Amino acid sequence: MSVAVDDLLAQARAADLGDVAEKVFAAERLSIADGERLYATPDLHALGALANHARERWHGDLAYFNVNQHVNYTNLCNKLCRFCAFQRLPGQDGAYVWSPAECAEKIRAQLHEPVTEVHIVGGVWPKLGYDYYLDLLRAVKAARPEIHVKAFTMVELDQIAKVAGKPLEEVLPELVEAGLGSVPGGGAEVFSERVRADTYHLKISGEQWLETARKVHAAGLRSNCTMLHGHVETPAERLDHLDRLRRLQDETGGFQTYVPLSFHPENSEMADVPGPTALDELREIAVGRLMLDNIPHVKAYWILMDVPIAQLALSFGADDVDGTVVEEKIYHEAGATTPQGVQRGELIRWIRDAGRVPVERNTLYEVVWSAEPELAAAGGPARD
Amino acid sequence: MPPGQDGSKALAAQHGRTPFGAVAAPSWEAPRASAERAGPRAGEIRRVADRVLDGQRITAEEALLLHDHADVATLGRLADAVRRRRHPDRPSAEPGGAPIPAVTYIVDRNLNPTNVCITDCGFCAFYRRPGAEGEYVLERDEIYRRIQETVDLGGRQLLMQGGHHPYIKTEWWCELLRDIGERWDINCHALSAPELDHLAKLDKRPVEEVIRDLKDAGLGSVPGAGAEILVERVREIIARKKTSTERWLEVHRRVHEAGLRSSATMMFGHFETAAERVEHLARLRDLQDETGGFTAFACWNVQPEGVPDEHLYPPKTTPGVYLRVQALARIFLDNIENMQTSYVTQGLKMAQVTLRFGCNDFGGTMLEENVVSAAGCFHLEPIQEIEGVIRRAGFTPLQRNSWYGIVDPRYEGLERGPLNREEAATHRAAAGVSA
Repeated sequence: MSVAVDDLLAQARAADLGDVAEKVFAAERLSIADGERLYATPDLHALGALANHARERWHGDLAYFNVNQHVNYTNLCNKLCRFCAFQRLPGQDGAYVWSPAECAEKIRAQLHEPVTEVHIVGGVWPKLGYDYYLDLLRAVKAARPEIHVKAFTMVELDQIAKVAGKPLEEVLPELVEAGLGSVPGGGAEVFSERVRADTYHLKISGEQWLETARKVHAAGLRSNCTMLHGHVETPAERLDHLDRLRRLQDETGGFQTYVPLSFHPENSEMADVPGPTALDELREIAVGRLMLDNIPHVKAYWILMDVPIAQLALSFGADDVDGTVVEEKIYHEAGATTPQGVQRGELIRWIRDAGRVPVERNTLYEVVWSAEPELAAAGGPARD
Repeated sequence: MPPGQDGSKALAAQHGRTPFGAVAAPSWEAPRASAERAGPRAGEIRRVADRVLDGQRITAEEALLLHDHADVATLGRLADAVRRRRHPDRPSAEPGGAPIPAVTYIVDRNLNPTNVCITDCGFCAFYRRPGAEGEYVLERDEIYRRIQETVDLGGRQLLMQGGHHPYIKTEWWCELLRDIGERWDINCHALSAPELDHLAKLDKRPVEEVIRDLKDAGLGSVPGAGAEILVERVREIIARKKTSTERWLEVHRRVHEAGLRSSATMMFGHFETAAERVEHLARLRDLQDETGGFTAFACWNVQPEGVPDEHLYPPKTTPGVYLRVQALARIFLDNIENMQTSYVTQGLKMAQVTLRFGCNDFGGTMLEENVVSAAGCFHLEPIQEIEGVIRRAGFTPLQRNSWYGIVDPRYEGLERGPLNREEAATHRAAAGVSA
């Protein structure tokens, strides 16, 4: 064993995580019981160092970002999730639906920027017909043909199939034909039925979310996956969630990136729940990296975590910080105080100061730019 | 000095400064964690790390090695170990009670009697030249009103600092300190080294005498401001008219010898090199070996937005650099007991993280002027928020005084530490006074 691994093992043993460390070194899968110990350990540094070991095995010093923009086409939603500050019903203050043309205008407004991806998500609103979604995709692609459209969470896809009146398997190729390139990871929340019954009972169940993701992957589309943490869920419920994600990944291999989403309480019905602290967020990144041994990327989404924590997360298991974003609405309704967008140069600076090599990627993790193109093209050691 | 651009010239002229427009900030690249682990310095870094974990002092060269080649997580782990050694869990006052992993803070208020200043630091947005628009000197009534408000809220400390006013002399301060002492039981943590130096110049007498008079009038402790970077090359660029490195250290030496404690600071992220950061820390550590008078150290990166020389400063350093420097300070300054986080500059989230990167103290609550009166200070929102952040990091928040003695009514039985400046005075300093 190398000196570094030796050191890390000693550190893990001191935290009573020696056996977990040995599994990590041997790239063996961690059990749920292992995961419980990772959530329970007071030694955040030992946990972070283990996650960092896994992260560096996947990616070395590479850290990914992209130049993207968000389009949140409507905030009308009938799911009434209690944790959400973004949703509106018709007639409520601030309720809006953007037409496909208006969405295309948002795209055209950024034509001077080197945007490679648009992230399109919105509320679930049954009055929007199937054509609306198809037109939205077509309008965006017409405005910027080379842009990658990452659109519609599993929850929205379920709704789109409903309004289309046909199975998702038939809908997906039509969405792809209209311009869909991949699918984001939102709407998973926590798969626990207990939490869903209490907090978002109108939303599709965990099983339905996973089944939808399975169909997305079967249609040849890649997606992300998420977990909303820091509200009323227990560590056991989080581990169940992570385990179900990795089992689906064993089956499909379709998840590119896992994104832990920090609950932001402000302006929601759950404003009395404090939400995760910075140290909780770092722990979530680390546990996610260690449990999800088959998902290539773990993202520290700076919009939610705030820049300092996202930057530090690059040493606690994360290898991606998301992108320039331009106009984020969902979390800013929930009191996020981060800027709504950031300059590409700033992202590069954060990553460099974290001791990582910035790599601008496209949605499918092909290298768009890096100051060290050879290193970026080679990827991390795990790809050897 | 190289000529500045036209804009900076005009601005500098307006502020009575020589422009330094063409001075470049040194470039620095964070070490690559994975590459360094396999690189030629890995063994050396490990040896230094082992010495830190073993409780040994590291040299300036070793500190520079860590600064430039250790990854931030390693620095954090080492700093956390040093913090745990210096601040082990406190024994509970209850028989059989669980030990208390403590993080301290003080209920205090900033009170800046004047913003008039003739020192013209280009990184300072607070000061006004004499006669400039917006200059002020607070009336006594206003000072009293703010103190009463602070005392009503359970405040323990007034952090009084201000500009280097050309006409406000030691006697003005002595009168103020005496009047406060007659009216309230609250510590005046006041007058940083450059202000004391300024008073000595106005009085045309040694700074020891100024310190003696202020102490007699009731000065309780001295803040660590104005250190910036204690390297002349850097001070020449950012604070030409301010107290020199030698003088800053000399004033603190005199403060300690007078039986007063002070704190130390560092403002980085402008024109200093990594070696100069370490040099700054080494100067502080050397003086502390000599006097033992520093209670605490705090650092932050320069906040260039909106300051007079904003256009001349490099972009603000990122949080990762702050964390690196803060952790290194905990590792290197083995003789300074307390590390204060800087939540005012870094935000509460980052401040919580620093509690695992070497810091054991949250600094002051800096109650704002418009704080509404409340039944007790524990119910004030900012205090509750600070306590929540500390608790959720796994620590027990304890209120302290200016000398880091525990004055928390919820924990009456705890070992308290110094309760006043006399109890806090360092042994060597006391000997110096009696000699």
